[in-house]
Amino acid sequence: MKRRSPTLWTGAVLAGLVVLLALVSLVWLPYDPADTSGGRLAGPGDGHLLGTDKLGRDLFTQLMTGSRIALEAGLGSVLIAALIGVTLGVLAAYAQGWFDDTLSALLDILIAFPTLLLAMLIVAARSATLGSAILAIGLAQSAVVARLTRILVKRVLAQDYITAARTSGTSWPRITAGHVLPNIWPTLVVNLALQFGLAVLAEAGLSYLGLGAPPPNASWGRMLQEAQATFTTAPAGALAPGVLLVLLVIGVNLIADGLRDVLDPTTRRGRAAA
Amino acid sequence: MSALLEVRDLTIRTGTGRALVTGLTFSVARGERLGLIGESGSGKSLTTLAVLGLLPDGMTASGSVVLDGTQIIGASEKTLAGVRGRGAAIVFQEPLTALDPLMRVGRQIAEPLRRRRGVTGAALRRAVAEALERVRLPDPARIARAFPHELSGGQRQRVALAMALACDPALLIADEPTTALDVTVQAEMLDLVDTLVRERDMAVAFVSHDLAVVARVTDRVLVMKDGHAVESGDVHEVVRAPREAYTKALVDSARQLESALDSFGGAQ
Amino acid sequence: MTSSPVLELDSVSYAYRGSEAAVVADISLAVTAGQSLALVGESGAGKTTLLRMLLGLARPTSGEVRFDGDALRLRDREQMRRFRRSVQCVFQDPYASLDPRQQVRRIVGEPLRSLRIASGAAAGDLVGRALERVGLPADAADRYPHEFSGGQRQRIAIARATVCDPRILLADEPVSALDVTTRVKVVDLLAELKETTGLTVVMVSHDLSVVAALCEHTAVLERGRVVESGATRSVLGAPSHGYTRRLLSSVPRLPVGG
Repeated sequence: MKRRSPTLWTGAVLAGLVVLLALVSLVWLPYDPADTSGGRLAGPGDGHLLGTDKLGRDLFTQLMTGSRIALEAGLGSVLIAALIGVTLGVLAAYAQGWFDDTLSALLDILIAFPTLLLAMLIVAARSATLGSAILAIGLAQSAVVARLTRILVKRVLAQDYITAARTSGTSWPRITAGHVLPNIWPTLVVNLALQFGLAVLAEAGLSYLGLGAPPPNASWGRMLQEAQATFTTAPAGALAPGVLLVLLVIGVNLIADGLRDVLDPTTRRGRAAA
Repeated sequence: MSALLEVRDLTIRTGTGRALVTGLTFSVARGERLGLIGESGSGKSLTTLAVLGLLPDGMTASGSVVLDGTQIIGASEKTLAGVRGRGAAIVFQEPLTALDPLMRVGRQIAEPLRRRRGVTGAALRRAVAEALERVRLPDPARIARAFPHELSGGQRQRVALAMALACDPALLIADEPTTALDVTVQAEMLDLVDTLVRERDMAVAFVSHDLAVVARVTDRVLVMKDGHAVESGDVHEVVRAPREAYTKALVDSARQLESALDSFGGAQ
Repeated sequence: MTSSPVLELDSVSYAYRGSEAAVVADISLAVTAGQSLALVGESGAGKTTLLRMLLGLARPTSGEVRFDGDALRLRDREQMRRFRRSVQCVFQDPYASLDPRQQVRRIVGEPLRSLRIASGAAAGDLVGRALERVGLPADAADRYPHEFSGGQRQRIAIARATVCDPRILLADEPVSALDVTTRVKVVDLLAELKETTGLTVVMVSHDLSVVAALCEHTAVLERGRVVESGATRSVLGAPSHGYTRRLLSSVPRLPVGG
């Protein structure tokens, strides 16, 4: 039995490109990120694959370190969102009466609360670091994940096989681990993959506004912002991070789509004849 | 005169090419009442969907389905829209899925009436009330104002029937319309369908897995299994003396269930 | 010869929180070993609520559920363990009652694990025997629910409910979602289990022919009250209540052949 999903593979290749850049950047970079010897706004070629920025730093080097930041932002945010969101969501689904109402209301408020405002508050309380950005994005996303988890868990809890488990004497923790989580995780994983893409975009946005990783760390968002003024004369500075951003987000979304098909239990083996 | 519905060599395939209905041929004359009998996977429901050009995405039909003079297979949406409602209308097993949950019942019935008959305003309201009265719904004014979820299962199915009858179709297709209902409600519903189609000389294609239910409202049955026609004939004949082994098994099963009741002698 | 009831409802009523109207009102029923009981009624009759109380999933608003003569205490772990072992359930929809992500082996073995009856190889043997008893092939244990038809799934559900040798099997419309030929086979299976294992069936159903085939006693419910009860033979053979008569006359019948 083979599970082939062209969507999944295309996505994996696109996102894999960025992952590869990030991995290579850990052991090798064409230039020192702080090296400004390349001359301001040099064009592509001449030792600089994509040219240099307005401070004379190598663009490709910055792209490579930026890919690391993008992936860290995506992973970190999704990890926070998954931990907090799934826990809250499961609790909310089991809760009844006022506890359920309060929790749901809190989640609604958190979802309505702009991520930007949340980020500014966190930056004000801490400082503008990648960590602050990840925390802000993760918290904002955890509300979305919690609400989805709550709905998914409630749907599973309404199934007869849960009642069957209860009349078989299975305890709630074991029902959660044995029946609920296995039945919600495929949908959840797909959603978390989508949230990963959104988190990457959100971090780029925050960096663009100066609320993300501080200089000299090259976030794609800040590269975009810095290249904006010189876009007409040196478009590579804005195009390159933009293209990578799009590639990564599309790749991750395709992975999410592909996972949806692959994780469907009914494709595990053939259907019954009748 | 040609038949109202002429199905010839109908084959329905999934996207992967698996045949779910194979070489099916049957016809329904004007005013005739045909039962389609079969168990899950027999292709009976798909056949009725194909008659209205309503097959799910990815499924393809080949052969010929002529409804009221119109070839359905390969027809454009526009042609189909012209046949649906007037040529044939369908009532499904689960009325909740056939009704828009966010629209008051009256408006849902008004929609086809307005389109087909061109009535508006007070005349339209009167037509809606009449349609609801026709399916023996008490207090039609109240029902017309209600949302689907505010009605009982039996009432919803009557509303669905009223919608199907709104355009006076030549053929009423009923796909397990009473399976989801309580027994007493089912009995009332079968009576109603029986009376209504007799009154207006309407043809019926009644789909069910339950021989006893089908026998209640039809004259002729077509027994289906795994996408093939097994046998067809007068419903009493088929029940009394089934020719094919499969039909015999169906009748025997139904008889066996009944026999437990009959052993108490109080059921007749 | 009248043994004491295994399961008993003593003037039980149930109303939803914040609701005045009782879903079921003042119901007294007793289930004795070997005397299968049918609860007959249509939607809104309170069958599901009754079933939930009989399964120890809901607590009556007033009245008492008794198990082996003792009041059922949902918080008493020891009593609940004995209760769960004695009272198992089969549901109407064989597509919703089996966890789609578990192998049949795990599904059927769940009561054994959760009630700490058996584990490992011993559990495997019991699961195999339960599957065999319901007429499923040995390799069924390694497969997933979606590989089976509706009738086979219902057999899996029955295997799960009987794997721990319960005394009472509560069955909620166990065959109404099945085709006629399959229905007959599952009714036959339940009758056979009654015969061979001494299982007592408590069945919620609106299908009078299935009731007649399986249950010695019948209680007819209408809008939360028992309107008629007694031996199935007399309730269905000579119904005294108008509603019972209406139910009986509504059963669709095959045309009488020559």
